[in-house]
Amino acid sequence: MAAGSIIEVENLRRVFRIDRMARREAGKELIALDDVSLRVQPGEIFGLLGPNGAGKTTLIRILCTLLAPTAGRAAIDGLDVVKDTARVRRLINMVSGGETCGYGILTARENLRLFTELYGIPWRVARPRVEYMLKVVGLEKKQSVRTNKLSSGMRQRLNFARGFINHPRVLFLDEPTIGLDVHSARQVRSFIKMWVSQHRDSAILLTTHYMFEAEELCDHVAIIDQGRLQACDTPAELKKSVQKQTTLELTIYGLEPLPESWHTLSGVIKLVARQDHVSQMTHLNAVCTSPEVSGELIRTVATDGRRLLDLRTVQPTLEDVFINLTGRSLTEVEMLPDIS
Amino acid sequence: MDKVRYFIRVVIARAYVRVIGAQRELSWVIGDTLLPFLSVSAFVLVYRAMKAPPEYTGFVVLGGLLMTFWLHMIWTMAMQLFWEKEMGNLARYLMTPLSRPALLLGMALGGIIMTSSRAMIIYLASRLVFNMRFQVDEPWMAVGIFIVTLAALYGMGMTLSSLFFMAGRGVLYGMQLFYEPVFFLGGFYFPVRQLGMILATAAAALIPTTLGLDALRQTMLGAYRTGLLRPSVELAILTAMAIMFITISIIAVHRMEELGRRYGKLVLKEQ
Ligand SMILES: Nc1ncnc2c1ncn2[C@@H]1O[C@H](COP(=O)(O)OP(=O)(O)OP(=O)(O)O)[C@@H](O)[C@H]1O
Ligand SMILES: [Mg+2]
Repeated sequence: MAAGSIIEVENLRRVFRIDRMARREAGKELIALDDVSLRVQPGEIFGLLGPNGAGKTTLIRILCTLLAPTAGRAAIDGLDVVKDTARVRRLINMVSGGETCGYGILTARENLRLFTELYGIPWRVARPRVEYMLKVVGLEKKQSVRTNKLSSGMRQRLNFARGFINHPRVLFLDEPTIGLDVHSARQVRSFIKMWVSQHRDSAILLTTHYMFEAEELCDHVAIIDQGRLQACDTPAELKKSVQKQTTLELTIYGLEPLPESWHTLSGVIKLVARQDHVSQMTHLNAVCTSPEVSGELIRTVATDGRRLLDLRTVQPTLEDVFINLTGRSLTEVEMLPDIS
Repeated sequence: MDKVRYFIRVVIARAYVRVIGAQRELSWVIGDTLLPFLSVSAFVLVYRAMKAPPEYTGFVVLGGLLMTFWLHMIWTMAMQLFWEKEMGNLARYLMTPLSRPALLLGMALGGIIMTSSRAMIIYLASRLVFNMRFQVDEPWMAVGIFIVTLAALYGMGMTLSSLFFMAGRGVLYGMQLFYEPVFFLGGFYFPVRQLGMILATAAAALIPTTLGLDALRQTMLGAYRTGLLRPSVELAILTAMAIMFITISIIAVHRMEELGRRYGKLVLKEQ
C-alpha cells in the first residue's frame, strides 16, 4: 500500500444475513459492500456519493470499528480496523447527521464534556475545545440549557460539535447537513473546510446526497451504488468524463409516464425522468450525443401532445456522472419505494 | 497509571449523568419512592394486624429497601445497553477507546447512588410513620453485607445488560414473565425460609438480594433470628457471587461487542 494514506480500504466486502424480522426473505444474504477499494490522503475531504442503500454508512461503520468486514481489509493511519481497534479508536470520531447525542437531561455543555471525559481528555485541555465548538455551532448562548429543551436542529449541531472534541485524525461525517436549515448547513460546510485546512494531517470522509455539497467540499469523490464503487476521482475529473456529451433538461407539464419510444430516440444516450407531484411537472434529464438533439426532442414532445415548459442545456454535475455510470438518477432512486 | 486514571474518569463521567439526572427530575424521585413506601406500609399494617412481633416492621422496611435496588437493577441496569443503543449513544461510546467494564461500572455506580437516595427517603419515612428503628448489633458486619450485596446485585445487572442486549427486543416481553415469580422468590416481605429449604436455596442462589436481605435481617433486627444461614456464611457466599458476576460481566460485555460487530447489531440499522 502506498505510504501516506490515512485511510486505506482494500477489497472490502460486507454481507448481511437477513434475519427473522423479514420472514419472507429470511436466510437470504444482502451484499452491502462489494469489493470496495479506496484511499484517502491526509488533508483532504473525501466524499462518498450514492443513493439510499448504496453502502455508505456500512463503509463508515466498518472504518469506525463498529462493524466487522466480511472480507477485505481497512486501515486508519496504517492501523488495521479489525486487529488494532483500540489504537484506531484513538484516532477517529464519527457524526451522523440527523442524530442527536448524549442525554436530554444534561445541558449542551455538559453533554460535550461527557464525551471529552469518555475520550479520557482532562478537563483543562478539553474545556477550551468545548467552548470553541459551542461557539462554532452557535450554541454559546444556549450552553446551559438542557438539551431536551433545544430544537432538533440545535441538538444536531451539538452532535456535530461532538465530532471534533477529540481532535480526530479521521472524522467521519454521515450526511452532516441533513435536516439543517440553509444557514446552518452553510456554516457547517464552511467549518468543515476550515477545519481541514487547519489540520493538514487529518482527513474528513463524508457522505451526502447533495451533489453540490460534494462538489463544493470534496477533493475526491467516490461514487458508490449497490455496494460497488463506480468511480473515484476529483469532482472536476469525474465531470470531464461526461463532458463529451450534452445534458439537456426538459420540463414537461403533467405526470404521465414517458412513451417507450422516447428512450430510443437517436442521439439520446440516457433519459431519466423525475416527477414533481407538487407542481405537476415532469423533469427530464437527457444525456445526448450533441446539442443538436434538442430539436429532435422538441419535435417528439410536441408530436406526442405534451406541453414543453422549459428546455435548457446544463453544465454537467456529479448527478450526471452518476446517471452516466448507473443509468439512474440519484434523486430518482431515492423516490422509489424500497423493494430490496 | 494513565489507564487507571482513564478508567476512573469514564466511571465518574457515566455515573454523573445519572446523579445529575436524578437531581434535576425530582418528580421521578417522588414517584419512585411513593409506590415502594405504600407497599411497605401495606405489609407493615398486615403484620401488625396479625400481631406479629415488633421487629417485623423493620423486617418489612428492609425488604422494601432492597426491593428498590432490585427493581432498579432489573429494570434499568439490566436494560442499560439496550436503551443506550435505542437512544443512539451506544455507538458513540463503543467507537471511543474507553474501557467497556468502566462504562458498565459507571452505569451501575450512578444507579446505586440514585437508588440509595430513594432508599434513604423510604427509610426516613418509615422511621417517621411507623416509629421503626433498626437494632444493629454488629454495624461493620451490616455495612459489609450491604456493600457486598450491592456488588453482587449490580454485577448481575452488568452481566444481564450484555445478555439482554444480545437478546434484543424480545427481552422486553420476557421480562414480564420474570417479574412476578421473582417478587415471590425474593422474599422481600416474608422470611425466605417460609418457601421451604429447596426453593429458598434456589432463590438465594439466583437472586443476590435474597441472601443479602436474609443476612441483613439477622444483623439489623435485634430479636429476629430466623435466617437461612449464619450471616457470616451468607456474606462469604455473597462475596463469591459478587466476584463471579463481575467476572462474567467483563467477559460478557466483550463478547457482546464482538458478536455485535460481526452481525451488525451494535447500531440501529436506520441510524
Ligand atoms: N445491520 C444491518 N443488518 C442488515 N442489513 C443492513 C444492516 N445495515 C445495513 N444494512 C443493509 O445494507 C445496505 C446498505 O446500507 P447502508 O446503510 O450502508 O446504505 P447507505 O448508503 O448509508 O444509505 P442511506 O443513503 O440510506 O444512508 C442496505 O440495503 C441496508 O438495508
Ligand atoms: Mg447511510
